[in-house]
Amino acid sequence: MIADIVRSRAFGQNALLLLVLLLVPAVAGRFYVYILAVIFVTGLLAMSLNLLVGHGGAYQFHHAAFYGVGAYTAALILVKTSLPAWVAFCAGPIAAAVTGLIVGAICVRLNKLYYGMLQISLGSLIWIVVLRWYSLTNGDDGIHGIPMPEFLSSATGIYYFVLGVVAVCLALMYLILKSPFGATLRAIRDNPQRCEAVGINVRRHQLLGVVVATFFAGVAGVLFVVLEGSVFPDMLFWVLSLEILIMCLLGGWFTFYGPMLGAAIMVALRTFVGSYTDYWTLVLGIVLILLIFFLPEGLMSINLRERIRQRGRRASMKAAE
Amino acid sequence: MELNITFAGFFSQVLVGLSRAMILFIVSSGLSFILGVLRVPNVAHGSLYMIGAFVAHSVATAVGGVSGFWLALVLAPLTVALISLIAERTLFCHLYEREHLMLLLFTFALALILGDLTKMTWGADYRSLTAPPFLQGSVSVHGTAFPRYNLFLLAVGPVVAVGLWLLTSKTMFGKIARAAAVDREMVGAIGINVSWVFALAFVLGCLLAGLGGALVSPTVSITLGMDHTIIIEAFLIVTIGGLGNIWGALVGSLIFGITQSIGVLILPQFAIVFPYLAVVVILTLKPTGLLKSVW
Repeated sequence: MIADIVRSRAFGQNALLLLVLLLVPAVAGRFYVYILAVIFVTGLLAMSLNLLVGHGGAYQFHHAAFYGVGAYTAALILVKTSLPAWVAFCAGPIAAAVTGLIVGAICVRLNKLYYGMLQISLGSLIWIVVLRWYSLTNGDDGIHGIPMPEFLSSATGIYYFVLGVVAVCLALMYLILKSPFGATLRAIRDNPQRCEAVGINVRRHQLLGVVVATFFAGVAGVLFVVLEGSVFPDMLFWVLSLEILIMCLLGGWFTFYGPMLGAAIMVALRTFVGSYTDYWTLVLGIVLILLIFFLPEGLMSINLRERIRQRGRRASMKAAE
Repeated sequence: MELNITFAGFFSQVLVGLSRAMILFIVSSGLSFILGVLRVPNVAHGSLYMIGAFVAHSVATAVGGVSGFWLALVLAPLTVALISLIAERTLFCHLYEREHLMLLLFTFALALILGDLTKMTWGADYRSLTAPPFLQGSVSVHGTAFPRYNLFLLAVGPVVAVGLWLLTSKTMFGKIARAAAVDREMVGAIGINVSWVFALAFVLGCLLAGLGGALVSPTVSITLGMDHTIIIEAFLIVTIGGLGNIWGALVGSLIFGITQSIGVLILPQFAIVFPYLAVVVILTLKPTGLLKSVW
């Protein structure tokens, strides 16, 4: 399977893209390098959510809670203990995945909207605890000035670290989606009853999906700490969860890179429209409504439709011959 | 930790919790009604509540006095109803066939837009409203001082509950709305304009959000962001009560209000955690809510 992937055209394109991104700090200013890193981190978070929503069909309404758990775990270890940084970086995703396991185990017994509602309440519970536990988390002030290891002291160092970790995570996600497990997840999305009937343990697969997705959300949380050097309780607030869902919608649920594109659009809107006006969420709202009306499968679907049309044309030409 | 709870303190906390529950009930019953009839998880509900509070503040300060307060209680819900009617007729009515996730994101987009429009109209300052004289001060209940306005809320809540119950179960409109929720096509087939039934149901639900906002305005500081906290609470209340069930919204609100006020007595710093814990416990034991869901 790996050999097939390496030989494929998409692999070449991605390798080229990675090469271009590696060269960016040499030509672009510090600000743009930073914005790109923000896009990667947010995009990783959105893509981890899309594993469940787009590919798994689960109503994962409070994904930000796990992102926050990962970030806070790493931040607290860095600030309160003298353990080496890599321990903190590994502990973040693991803590997020364990939280995902517990929350998921409670939620997967329910269907659709009830699943989402139960998750919002459990996630809000975590949020409230983080917000109120002043002695540990500093409450709504958050934690600032988190000490970082030497190699993460420069903007370029941070950029390369973020890029490297995100690239590895995306490769892993791609392999997971290509694996029989990924195919099972999509099958459950399309028809859970039939999956049950052919002997697939639907609940267990969904739970495993939640654990995998929350692990990557935790990675994104750790990367946020690396990037910003701070954490705050808004990272676990449900508004962020809906914003990540919007990124998936913007880019496209049923594509691999869609959520990354959506994250890029959101970050760009916030940064560039936000610098002109206080009302950038108004612009976002209008864009979203237009999208829901005219392009419900996201921006990537423009391309997808074109491709399907071409394929259809080619097939009919062949038939005519 | 030392627990020092007198009966009087307990009693007044429970009364505070109950009056808070009345506000939560008025808002969440509207949300529940919309969920029950239209099957739309309306995130913009919180924004409409916020707009209700802002309109109430503007009307009450512009007119002044007792009449200003009553006028605010009437005009705020009506303004919100008008906004929701426009949103329903221009945008919403085209989307009912979409899946819940899309509707959720659509209403979130609407919430973003309404939030920014509120910011444009009223600015980012904190505002506060004083209740009219006859509702100011407090009365002595069993030896503890209890704010008059909270008693007023305790009276309004049940009135709204009974009114809503009469409307949904005794009137023609209520019966049609409930029938349309179950089988839209069949109701359309016997010659009823389902589209307008849905519009009216949506407007009615939103009107309750506006009423809740107007009623809460003398007791809190009116500010941007008040939509974010109320909507999450309302969603949770509706879920533990049973989606679409009006009485479920009442039960859920009471649980929410009382657990929080008892939390204040036990662990003030984490008081707000208690309702969320209650929600988790209830949904773990009874995943589809306490009362029968209409879904």
